Amino acid sequence: MDRAAGAPLLRVEDLRTYFELGAGTLRAVDGVSFALHPGRVLGIVGESGSGKSATALSIMRLIDPPGRIVGGRVLYREQDLMRLPEREMEALRGNRIGMVFQNPMTSLDPSFRIGQQIAETLVTHERLSAAEARRRTIELLRLVGIPDGERRYDDYPHQFSGGMRQRVLIAAAIACKPDVLIADEPTTALDVTIQAQILRLLADLQRRLGSAMVLITHDLGVIAAMADEVLVMYAGRVVELADVDTIFHAPKHPYTRGLLQSLVRLEDGRDSVLQPIAGAPPNLIDLPPGCPFRPRCIHAVERCATELPPLRKLVDGRQVACHLAVAS
Amino acid sequence: MSDSERFLTQTRVAAAAIRRRPSGGKRWAAFRRDPAATLSLCFLLLVLLVALAAPWISPADPDDAVNSLRNAPPGTPGFLLGADSDGRDVLSRLIWGGRISLLVGMTPSVLAMLISLVLGTITGYFGGWVDQIVMRILDVFFAFPLVLLAIAIAGAFEPGLFTEILAIMIVLVPYISRLVRSSTVSVKELPFIEAAKAAGATHLDILVRYILPNILTPVIAYTTTLIGLMIVVGSGLSFLGLGIQPPAADWGTMVSDGRVALRTAPHITIFPGILIGLVSLAFNFLGDGLTAMLDPRARRA
Amino acid sequence: MSDYLIKRLIGALPVLFGVSVVIFFLMQMIPGDITAALLGPMATEVAKAQLRHALGLDQPILVQYVKWLGLVLSGDFGMSIATSLPVSHLVLPKFGNTVILATASLLLSLIVGFGIGAFAAARAGSTFDRATMSITLVFGSIPPYWLGLVLVMIFALTLRWLPTTGMYDVIDPGGVRDVLRHLVLPTIATAAAPAAIITRMVRTSMAEILAQDFVRVARAKGIPRRVILWRHVLRNALPPIATITGLQLGYLLGGAVFTEVVFAWPGLGYQLTSSIVARDFPVVQAAVLLIALIFVVVNLAVDMLNAVIDPRIRVS
Repeated sequence: MDRAAGAPLLRVEDLRTYFELGAGTLRAVDGVSFALHPGRVLGIVGESGSGKSATALSIMRLIDPPGRIVGGRVLYREQDLMRLPEREMEALRGNRIGMVFQNPMTSLDPSFRIGQQIAETLVTHERLSAAEARRRTIELLRLVGIPDGERRYDDYPHQFSGGMRQRVLIAAAIACKPDVLIADEPTTALDVTIQAQILRLLADLQRRLGSAMVLITHDLGVIAAMADEVLVMYAGRVVELADVDTIFHAPKHPYTRGLLQSLVRLEDGRDSVLQPIAGAPPNLIDLPPGCPFRPRCIHAVERCATELPPLRKLVDGRQVACHLAVAS
Repeated sequence: MSDSERFLTQTRVAAAAIRRRPSGGKRWAAFRRDPAATLSLCFLLLVLLVALAAPWISPADPDDAVNSLRNAPPGTPGFLLGADSDGRDVLSRLIWGGRISLLVGMTPSVLAMLISLVLGTITGYFGGWVDQIVMRILDVFFAFPLVLLAIAIAGAFEPGLFTEILAIMIVLVPYISRLVRSSTVSVKELPFIEAAKAAGATHLDILVRYILPNILTPVIAYTTTLIGLMIVVGSGLSFLGLGIQPPAADWGTMVSDGRVALRTAPHITIFPGILIGLVSLAFNFLGDGLTAMLDPRARRA
Repeated sequence: MSDYLIKRLIGALPVLFGVSVVIFFLMQMIPGDITAALLGPMATEVAKAQLRHALGLDQPILVQYVKWLGLVLSGDFGMSIATSLPVSHLVLPKFGNTVILATASLLLSLIVGFGIGAFAAARAGSTFDRATMSITLVFGSIPPYWLGLVLVMIFALTLRWLPTTGMYDVIDPGGVRDVLRHLVLPTIATAAAPAAIITRMVRTSMAEILAQDFVRVARAKGIPRRVILWRHVLRNALPPIATITGLQLGYLLGGAVFTEVVFAWPGLGYQLTSSIVARDFPVVQAAVLLIALIFVVVNLAVDMLNAVIDPRIRVS
């Protein structure tokens, strides 16, 4: 597998985030580990409730009660973010690590002009003057595809469409040229035609800035288009981690295989039957022992019910959490 | 919570609840889970019971004055909570006075609710210029602070029980009508109303069988909270001398009576005030509980 | 923006007109013959008829109303029956005293409301938050006249820290300091319920905003918590808080009556109550009219403030 040169920019080690709910403890992130190298795009894919967003929020330390990060390390440039005092974490957010969220319609403060909402990042982190920040913001607006920056700076969010708002939010996220950009389902809430535009914008910006990107999505098409490496999550755990070609052409984990099989491809004939994954998503509060995917896995054996498969590195460089995949 | 605060919550809740109504059984379960609301309900039922049973359980005649025991402190034999400045038993006066305080708090509120239900549904449903005119008129009433209007109305008539009830009723109608009207407007847009119309239902049919049942719960919840406020305002009118006149007494006049002996016999003022506060608080909790029953999202906190 | 302002101002006029109508006709409701009250029980029918004519009471109601309205608009509120002084002389200085009490109470309510409310909102769900919500509910249910009396009992009569009644010391009227001493207890009694209501509203409104997506986005941008709270959260949480505050001001103007009576604070509410008891209706009319007018103006101002804060309102 092609390994990028240099030390990883971001290293997540055994991250665990649990939510204390009335009904029990929900293990949203249950031992997630991965590394992100400079300039690379890591795609995190999984169904709703797999823990993708919770992982991203945990890295940013934006988890609120009843959730709590209960264990693990997140090393940014070898510094454990979990041990940082809040003030220093604030200095990193929006500055060295930027994040784009899923809902552009609700992610902007309706009472403030959009220009201000980009500029405040610059003022906070780079201590720019108001005028200088305004100038930089107009440039950023142009960069994200909003041409009439001078005028639109003073507009309010309700004067923008969803796609345009997302561009504004992206501008705010990259304003300080972060090393790491986390995009949590950035196009899910947008129209299909706009989705492609925004993704192209993200790819373009990522290349231009040389940032590393974590792209979270449930859409395998997006992964195929943008990711260098892919991390597949299920029930709060990593089930497979490999580079994008390997994942698409030779998936090892039954879940990954299932995901790919349920895709409609151009090559499939008109009469081909869609193959969904049998069963329902797991109840994260009351997980049975053993592999969480076992109830839906057609290959499951006895061992799968009793022993939780650890994430193991295979010869070809990928990592899989499955007893059978390792054995073969 | 002020009536306006509740109004803001309850209009939202009303619309949401109408679109998504849990079954009756589930709703009571939600209510029972709210300890404050259930406790309040029990407390209020107890108070009501005591007030109704006044002739039988009152230890003494509330107008019976024992000269030698004026301002007797609580614990004096025969005067469990003490005596007032005329030597009358405070406890008996509290029990008998409770009848009037509760009456003055609850009657006008219920009457106002009934009037508002008619007024609000009609204006909300038919809309048009009738709606505009009625809304303008209500706006005029909203231009007065609630307490001020109650005092002005009470002051314009001969002081008495009827005046108090009338004043409070008039003051409440605009507030409840506003809620009824906005709830009606929300409901009448719902598809099932159109379906009913298409099936040939008359306007009266629709109003009574479809709209009314759907808006009843938020309106009742709101009115319950208003009762809490009106217990305080009603007693306040009595306190100012604008309501019932001596020798009849309610908790408000008792508080006023106690002013003269405030330093030497504070119990005369303290006990009725505590009751007013507790009953008001209980109605507030009850109202909140009823609101929560509609929509678990709109919790008190 | 100015369109909105003008529209609202014009909309307020019929309301004010309606207010004057209500007040006038309310006074007409009063049972009893005013001439009998003025002339006394010995008056003859002729004398009463003459007085009635002199006062213009024999004219049709509508004419009386128009005349009255004309006088009011030119500032003439007539003569007080009880004191034979022009009503405006009686009412306006008292109004000033009420404004002092209302302002002090509003300030106290706002300080408490924002201080405790914001704190509770930032810690939504915590024990402090739940305790706050319970305690505010209790204070919102306490009758203000009773609270005033209890405060007098504890602090004035028993502890003797503060004066019992009035606005100035009767024996030795001092200046500002004297007034402030006299202001303490009435302010606390008057502000208790509004403070509770405002605290609840601040907490609810801010907590709702804190749960919004854009707040999380602001945190993800690394904006410091305090800046988020006082810039983004406050701005968006303000409209319902401002509305409630406006209404509380209305309560303060109208409901301060109770505390004014308890503390014998020489304000408009106290004057109103004494005039009602004395059946001095010109004074009652003027007092109610004045308070209603201020209330309408205050609500208008609050609407304007809301329009400035939330740009979306101007569009709707």
